[in-house]
Amino acid sequence: MMASSYNAKDEDGHITVSGPGGGGTLRGKKPENTAFKQQRLPAWQPILTAGTVLPAFFIIGLIFIPIGIGLYVTSNNIKEFEIDYTGVDMSSPCFNCSQNFSWNSTRPCTCTVPFYLEQPYESNVFMYYGLSNFYQNHRRYVKSRDDSQLNGNVDSLKEPSKECEPYAKHDGKPIAPCGAIANSMFNDTLELFYNDPNGTRVQIPLTNTGIAWWTDKHVKFRNPGGDSSNITASFQGTSKPVNWRKPVYELDTAADNNGFINEDFIVWMRTAALPTFRKLYRIINKTSSMVPTLPRGNYTLEVVYNYPVRSFEGRKRMILSTISWMGGKNPFLGIAYITVGSVCFFLGVVLLIIHHKCGNRSNSADISN
Amino acid sequence: MTWRSPLALVREALRGQRAREKDLRNLASNLPYEGLEKGKQPNRYFPGNAIKTTKYTLLLFIPMNLFEQFHRLANIYFVGLAILNFVPVVNAFQPEVALIPICVILCLTALKDAWEDFRRYQSDRKLNNTPCLIYSRKEKQFVERRWKDVRVGDFVRVVCNEIVPADLLLLHTSDPSGVCHIETSNLDGETNLKLRRTMSGLCISHPVFEPESFNSVVVCEKPNNNLNHFKCYAEKPDKEKVGAGIESLLLRGCTVRNTDHAVGFVVYAGHETKSMLNNNGPRYKRSKLERKLNINVFFCVILLFTMCLIGALGHFLWLQALPVVPPFLVPDSNGHLDSPSLSGFYMFFTMIILLQVLIPISLYVSIELVKIGQIFFITNDIDLYDEDTDSRVQCKALNITEDLGQIEYIFSDKTGTLTENKMVFRRCSIMGTEYPHKENAIRLAVLEEPESEEDIIFDHVPQPPNTRWSLDTEDTNPEDTQHHHGSWRKSKVAGTAQSNVAFSSPLETEVIPDRKLLQQISRAESSSSSSQKIDPYLDFFLALAICNTVVVSMATAQRQRTSESLHSRQTNNPLNTLSNLVKKPGSLHRIFTFWQRKPKRNRTISEDSVTEGDDFNPPVKTEEPGDINGLQTCSLYAPSQCNMPATTSDNLSYEAESPDEAALVYAAKAYGFTLLARTHDSVTVRLPSGEDLVFEVLDTLTFDPIRKRMSILVRHPITKKFVLYTKGADYAIMELLGTPYAEHLSGSQKNIAADTQHHLDCYAKEGLRTLCFTKKIVSDKMYESWLVNRRRALAAIDNREELVMDTAVQLETNLSLLGATGIEDRLQESVPDTIVALREAGIQVWVLTGDKPETAVNIGYACRLLEDEDLVINMSCKNKLTCTSILDCTLEEVRRYSEDPRNVDTTQDISLVIDGRTLTMALSSDLQDRFVDLAKRCRSVLCCRVTPLQKSRVVKVVREKLKVMTLAVGDGANDVNMIQAADIGIGISGQEGMQAVMASDFAISRFRHLKKLLLVHGHWCYTRLANMIIYFFYKNVAYVNLLFWYQFFCGFSGTAMIDYWLMIFFNLFFTSVPPIMFGIMDNDVSAEMLLGVPELYRMGQGAGAYKFSTFWVSMLDAFYQSLVCFFIPYLAYQDSDIDVFTFGTPLNTISLFTILLHLSIEIKAWTVIHWVIILGSVVLYFIVTLAYSGLCITCNPPSNPYWILQSQMADPMFYLICILTTVVALLPRYIFHVLRNSIAPSPLAQARHLDRLDPSTKSELIKEWRSFRGGGQVKRSRLSTPPSPTLETPVDIHLQSPISSDVMGDEFILNVITENYQRPLHT
Repeated sequence: MMASSYNAKDEDGHITVSGPGGGGTLRGKKPENTAFKQQRLPAWQPILTAGTVLPAFFIIGLIFIPIGIGLYVTSNNIKEFEIDYTGVDMSSPCFNCSQNFSWNSTRPCTCTVPFYLEQPYESNVFMYYGLSNFYQNHRRYVKSRDDSQLNGNVDSLKEPSKECEPYAKHDGKPIAPCGAIANSMFNDTLELFYNDPNGTRVQIPLTNTGIAWWTDKHVKFRNPGGDSSNITASFQGTSKPVNWRKPVYELDTAADNNGFINEDFIVWMRTAALPTFRKLYRIINKTSSMVPTLPRGNYTLEVVYNYPVRSFEGRKRMILSTISWMGGKNPFLGIAYITVGSVCFFLGVVLLIIHHKCGNRSNSADISN
Repeated sequence: MTWRSPLALVREALRGQRAREKDLRNLASNLPYEGLEKGKQPNRYFPGNAIKTTKYTLLLFIPMNLFEQFHRLANIYFVGLAILNFVPVVNAFQPEVALIPICVILCLTALKDAWEDFRRYQSDRKLNNTPCLIYSRKEKQFVERRWKDVRVGDFVRVVCNEIVPADLLLLHTSDPSGVCHIETSNLDGETNLKLRRTMSGLCISHPVFEPESFNSVVVCEKPNNNLNHFKCYAEKPDKEKVGAGIESLLLRGCTVRNTDHAVGFVVYAGHETKSMLNNNGPRYKRSKLERKLNINVFFCVILLFTMCLIGALGHFLWLQALPVVPPFLVPDSNGHLDSPSLSGFYMFFTMIILLQVLIPISLYVSIELVKIGQIFFITNDIDLYDEDTDSRVQCKALNITEDLGQIEYIFSDKTGTLTENKMVFRRCSIMGTEYPHKENAIRLAVLEEPESEEDIIFDHVPQPPNTRWSLDTEDTNPEDTQHHHGSWRKSKVAGTAQSNVAFSSPLETEVIPDRKLLQQISRAESSSSSSQKIDPYLDFFLALAICNTVVVSMATAQRQRTSESLHSRQTNNPLNTLSNLVKKPGSLHRIFTFWQRKPKRNRTISEDSVTEGDDFNPPVKTEEPGDINGLQTCSLYAPSQCNMPATTSDNLSYEAESPDEAALVYAAKAYGFTLLARTHDSVTVRLPSGEDLVFEVLDTLTFDPIRKRMSILVRHPITKKFVLYTKGADYAIMELLGTPYAEHLSGSQKNIAADTQHHLDCYAKEGLRTLCFTKKIVSDKMYESWLVNRRRALAAIDNREELVMDTAVQLETNLSLLGATGIEDRLQESVPDTIVALREAGIQVWVLTGDKPETAVNIGYACRLLEDEDLVINMSCKNKLTCTSILDCTLEEVRRYSEDPRNVDTTQDISLVIDGRTLTMALSSDLQDRFVDLAKRCRSVLCCRVTPLQKSRVVKVVREKLKVMTLAVGDGANDVNMIQAADIGIGISGQEGMQAVMASDFAISRFRHLKKLLLVHGHWCYTRLANMIIYFFYKNVAYVNLLFWYQFFCGFSGTAMIDYWLMIFFNLFFTSVPPIMFGIMDNDVSAEMLLGVPELYRMGQGAGAYKFSTFWVSMLDAFYQSLVCFFIPYLAYQDSDIDVFTFGTPLNTISLFTILLHLSIEIKAWTVIHWVIILGSVVLYFIVTLAYSGLCITCNPPSNPYWILQSQMADPMFYLICILTTVVALLPRYIFHVLRNSIAPSPLAQARHLDRLDPSTKSELIKEWRSFRGGGQVKRSRLSTPPSPTLETPVDIHLQSPISSDVMGDEFILNVITENYQRPLHT
């Protein structure tokens, strides 16, 4: 009894000796003869040799090449038109606007860019604006926002997060929406006109809703106070971002697209991953199944040129694109699939040769080699 | 408590400090002060007996634990990063978020520490509250108190089987002679009883001890941790000093045995007790792999800095290139922007935070977990479990498991390591005459037969009678033989069942006397009884029986000792008790049949011994009282006239500190000289005549490694002469021989010495351990003068050991030789097989032994360390000059030999035999290099007659000079140095106590376990861990580089496109378990293959799987994979409206797939667990990420993961990108593996191939492989029981003269390669 109580010390690892009671616990220490403890669990032991992996390579090849072709074809079927309206060249219609720029200029500069669509765009057309060399993914920039303010939190509206500095307050009043992202929001206005061959200029209707993620619009972004009926009152006591022309509650006239839930704003707030990016601007909905959404012909892009890009040597583009299940036009994935599939197929053939040459050796007879 | 001034308190504290620090302590009894306040107590400065092994207290846990944890560099790194993140200009993430990893790690560690500490607290409390008996003056008796109440100066009474609560100076015992037995297994694991005696002359031994009469002051030394040393003296009121040593100290933690009760005076209590001072924590060793790993971590640091520099420079250039301030550059709160150079500087630190995972801090935690798992599997291996001792392999050092897979040199002790260390008396030589004990040899040979039917039912299994000794048994009942046979097996089992009793098995203890010798004794007996002269033969056996420290314990005492376990044993294993009953009659019966049979054979073969045999037979028959059961006959002269019926010799059981002693006592017993009792001042021996002689023991000069002998000084009860019996190693004795003994003998002493020496040499060649026995009659005058010196020496407190040893040397002169004994120490099971396997595994095996070269060489051949076709170089020289020249010549020869093209194909190997003296010279600094160079070329090295210090020196020299991984294995205290010097020390828990085990990193119970431990577990642990570590490096680099590549597209601004929480989770949950499982459970090759083809072990030696090249290849692979994982999604999403974190999600997912599938390529064997964990990780990733992005709306800015993964998973592009990227990322590694396995498969891959074949072809192919590679097959065929003289056929026993020539029969010839030092071993 007492002996065992002393042996309690054994657990400390100080005294690790089977006590005199060893005879009593005869065979007590015998390890269990289980498959797990004896490391004999049934196991699948694949050996990677030319022979065993051959089928895998052929299968990969056979699967990848069709996928690649499919992707490539899909990508090629997407129609995309892109026009740069930055106005760097003297000849460009927007050259003047690009020269005399300032965030705070009161007089809007407009320019008109004509272009010709060689193909008709059948389905819904997505209109994007594209920016190059704009580092929306800069660390400090990405952080410079207050999500709880955007989520309609009244406290954050009054007292924006420190992350928004130095765009948190202006003249002692909190900025809504605060932060550098909101402050630098894209504010060009793009309008599209179809020059009918008969000479008339038809404005193409652009839908400005449905361009943001549904979850952003309905969950993440909320106007303060919850209801958007009296949106001006909700933003009472706040200041507009310094670069903005008008306060946030005047972004749109429609109540469900105003304030923080304005979709242009929401789209801008989703910071782009790469310095050259495009953002969805408007959607041109297909009106009837008979006429193409955008017929072949001459178009005019009317730009209210507000957004300065010369400070970072950026470019502004307008992109018109149809959309497929795989998104925008990008032939890369299709080519990549075809290439990888072909490489695997080729490797499969190489391995087949190797298998035939060394296959016999790599088996049992090889041991004495 | 009265108020005392702080000054007084300080003074008191200082005084206490001084009292504790003093070299000598004065302790007085507490009893006169009982009940007084603390300030008046004489021993108040010394700590009480309550122990506290806890590290922390409840209040101070958090600060102390944090302080402890911040001693680790990794934690400081973490904290540094977290602090860096709080600096606004450099932070990469939310500062609070950056605290998470360090907090998680600190919390987990703190929880673990708290739990361990709580366990310690519990065990402390249990221990402190154990009851004990303390004397109280008030109650005039011993009252029950707790252990924690014991103070220095108390009197404590310990009863039998109780544990000693503190270090006690033994004052009184129930034993009239004042002795007390203790068992120290709790301290050092030695299970034999140790004798402690009361301090002589201090207390008048009343039948009842009166603590109150104790009025001496005990002066003792400062506490130290030496368990075998203690110095103190007691000063009586009359200033007389009485000395005492360790022999009077009962150590805390020991158990009192065989003694009804004992009373002691507490000298050290609590933490000052020797057992507590010996409690060191677990050992910490750093493995070779870990050292290499640290270099690689260093490379990672360089890589990190390079990447951060690139980031900083890139940021600077990017800023420089901007014409004006763009809208996306955010100034600080006062609208100020840093200059590009300053921003670049800050960016460097931001990058460190961002890329911190590159330094695999979690790797250290993972390695610890993996090692715990590996140790779990090692200790649970049923093949490493020893039935006999019921012990598993113990892993004492927790962090060097993988070193087991890299061993290049093994240094092994011989005795107890290669051999059983169960000594069996084999031969003796008395007065120059050899008695070969053939019958005994035969018996042992039979026993050595392999036990084919382990679980034989011992009564009725029909068995062919054993041919060897039933050849002539026409008249013996065959059933008899069978019965014996069965009972042997049974008794062997029974004997080992109670293995805590040393040498209880009849296998070791039974000795069949040599007939001629018996005859000689009976003749001597009859003559000496009449003539009062002492015959040297009788003297020899008296010496055998007396000259030792064997403790006799009665069977009754034995039972008492094991009483706690007795009932469980009975219930558990009734068969054992049964077999215990059976074994004795059986074994004795066997002896009788032997005797009955013997004469017959003598007649038929009829040589010179016939007449003697006839002479000899009648006494047997007459003495044997027709007692078939032979209950009380161990000697032929059965004690029919026994005057102590209670103590028949069968009840005796001997407990010896060294197995040799027990073997000798049993040998003496076989000849009728039965050691009946031993107290500290007397020895009782029963003579063959049945007479009991009580020798007064005047002194025992105990064994020490310097003298290499022990002596006992007794007074002969009849002649009243002082007789000194000395036994010791032959070279320690031979030079002390004096004038011829026993002038009545015709032969001169010189001849006896020469003959004996010759016999000794023969014994040594047989591999027997030799001991010489001498006698010396000490004259009264001489004794008186010596006694004065001796007393002075014993009372001395300084240099006591040396003085005591000097007195011993003084007395041990002019000895007269009685004879010598040869004791066999049989090889352990499958030692040769193990050694061959280890050598095939590319491990050089060295044997370091204290034995003579002849013995060692013989054992070397027996265990196949040396082979017949080997070239054996024998180095033995007297001075350094010859040593140098020999070394040079040998080296030259060996070089020439190995370079000779003719020898390339031969399997002949070189072995070196070197003795201790030559070794000392060879290891001197100028010859060291040459010696190591020579040894490097030898396949095996045998060092003889080496001291413990030399052993460790050899290990150190080889380890340092050759830069190899060394393993030392040993079982005794003399191996401790060596075990500690080697990279891995392995202790064999054998017969010689536990010192080696205590000092070792791993403890095994059999030498053969080494084979599986190294070849299988070593290989596994090493490859698993090495692959795991490489994988870990790869994993971190591959993942972190995604962030790095992104920097090229975000202006080197330190943006992470993956949510920080998901990044933490990625490392913490999604990809942490699979590599740990990989490190614990991957089986690249099955155990069967590894054991079958030891050559596979060579993979781990040197660099093995963990080379710098492998590290860099996997680094390159990581870079490639991260490039693929980043740029394929990049190109796919180029110029689209994707946002930062939506872009990060497929990257994260792809990394997860790539990293897990990369591991899947590396995993060699898939069990259920592997599937569950790998698939579980993927499922966990999706569940956690989906839940996280489903619930987190505004949390964790700026990432806002809300609905990101959901929207991605609704997009087919996501899947297409994931599949393509994963395939492209893994293709090169996959192809690499396939090509390597197909074109140039490594031996491991080949072994894996073999593993899949069916068993019969597999074993055939394994054989083929082995025979091709190592030529092992040829040698294997001869693998059988080691050649031993016991295997001589019974016939030639009687054909040859009993002396020498047959012993010399298996003489070996050494191949010595150069002329100038050709010297056969035995000259």
